[in-house]
Amino acid sequence: MMETIIEIFSYPFMIRAVIVGVLVSLCAALLGTSLVLKRYSMIGDGLSHVGFAALAVAYVTNLAPLSVAIPVCVLAAFLLLRMNENSKIKGDAATALMCSGALAIGIMAVSLTTGMNTDVCNYMFGSILAMSKSDVTISIILSVVVIILFVAFYPRIFAVTFDETFAKATGTKSDLYNMIIALLTAMTVVLGMRMMGTLLISSLIVFPSLSAMRICKKFITVIITSVLISILCFCAGIYVSYVYSTPTGASIVIANIIVFITFSLIEKMRERVTQL
Amino acid sequence: MSLLSCQNVSFSYEGKDVLSKINFSINQGDYLCMIGENGAGKSTLIKGILNLKKPSSGRILTGEGVKQNEIGYLPQQTQIQKDFPASVYEVVLSGRLNSCGIRPFYNKKDKQDALDKMDKLGILFLKDKCYRELSGGQQQRVLLARALCATKRMILLDEPITGLDPIMSMELYELVKELNQKENITVIMVSHDVRGAIDYASHILHLGKTQLFFGKREDYKNSELGKHFLTGGIEA
Ligand SMILES: Nc1ncnc2c1ncn2[C@@H]1O[C@H](COP(=O)(O)OP(=O)(O)OP(=O)(O)O)[C@@H](O)[C@H]1O
Ligand SMILES: [Mg+2]
Repeated sequence: MMETIIEIFSYPFMIRAVIVGVLVSLCAALLGTSLVLKRYSMIGDGLSHVGFAALAVAYVTNLAPLSVAIPVCVLAAFLLLRMNENSKIKGDAATALMCSGALAIGIMAVSLTTGMNTDVCNYMFGSILAMSKSDVTISIILSVVVIILFVAFYPRIFAVTFDETFAKATGTKSDLYNMIIALLTAMTVVLGMRMMGTLLISSLIVFPSLSAMRICKKFITVIITSVLISILCFCAGIYVSYVYSTPTGASIVIANIIVFITFSLIEKMRERVTQL
Repeated sequence: MSLLSCQNVSFSYEGKDVLSKINFSINQGDYLCMIGENGAGKSTLIKGILNLKKPSSGRILTGEGVKQNEIGYLPQQTQIQKDFPASVYEVVLSGRLNSCGIRPFYNKKDKQDALDKMDKLGILFLKDKCYRELSGGQQQRVLLARALCATKRMILLDEPITGLDPIMSMELYELVKELNQKENITVIMVSHDVRGAIDYASHILHLGKTQLFFGKREDYKNSELGKHFLTGGIEA
């Protein structure tokens, strides 16, 4: 096992993948708890599809992928939140609209020029080979931003997540903090989707915090546990993917599923024990 | 200039007026008790005062420099999800957020205040318990402690004694009275426990789709409406 790990780190592309992956897992888990509790679990899905469309268009028009995808996703995140508030079209319906709409636009853009090739496939299903040097730099910068903002606004994020009405009534600018959460989510999704793939990135947001909620009872411990779970599952996933040549994104998700089931069983057993 | 004044205020949901022609004003240190039947519009007016709901017409003015972050609030119902993992301490502490200003984290004073308020409401021993695993009355006390933490100049309580046992209810009334008299905090309370609540109030606002009465407590007790509503309460 040790030898395999050393071998993994002898490839520059693997080192890049691990750096980006750990950072993205960390950010996704941090934000995931808030998103799940605010009933925004699907926002990751919506954003990743928009991100796919943006990447596809960037690919077709030969623009730098991230410089198109990040602003577009941030915009989409704001739109999704707005729709949640105004609620003429309810949040989940809005997300569904955005998912399929964006996917259609992306596929159209691609088919007009090259057709489905490996690059596009990578966007759909993810690839660890996709990380370039500049991706690593951007990932590091963005994830540092996400972490700093999250820590700096932690008490406010808790207040807005727990009881938005009370927060608003007592003078917390809840709209602003919702925006910040959306902004951070958009950045995380764009960074993560190229490794995890459009179809799997939202699992990175949802699974670790759901698993942590099985066994933790405090907000802060849920967040810390979900970060640990997320990073651990990423490492396990990438290891398995390397050794057995399985797709990275799927391997990571499977690791998360295993943790989720284990924690659910622990929760059930605890309930049994306290009932006795 | 009074602390809070409503000038010909109306509220509507989906175009239908539920409350209209509200005209009253209160000063710092007043204790206003809001009463009225179910659906009279009490909670709606509270939300209006808190800027959570815009009036369809009229104006709500706050004077004497009361800022939104000096107000404590206990909602009638909270849509806190059943599965939310948060400890009692975390919840109560979040009430101190409005004293933080631009400071990112809670300081010693915030934490001490949260502990004091929990002690006052007899929930200190629940500190590390999970909020979702408490009984209804215990949850109500936690939200009360949070509201007290947020209170600097004014507190709005929407049916605070719901779910509390008789002893705790009495303690709550005493606590609010103390807050009102010792710290000169303005209190606005909605209550169906008319006989219990009215004794502590300085002013009464009786609502029923519109403003039926506003004035001093003594005047209300002597008014036809007051006599009717109060004795009706006893007979029922
Ligand atoms: N979200 C809403 N949408 C539509 N109508 C509403 C809404 N909330 C309240 N109403 C209506 O507004 C009126 C006043 O409601 P409100 O909650 O202010 O009453 P209340 O005096 O607090 O009653 P209670 O004693 O039952 O708490 C009611 O007739 C109610 O049907
Ligand atoms: Mg009400």
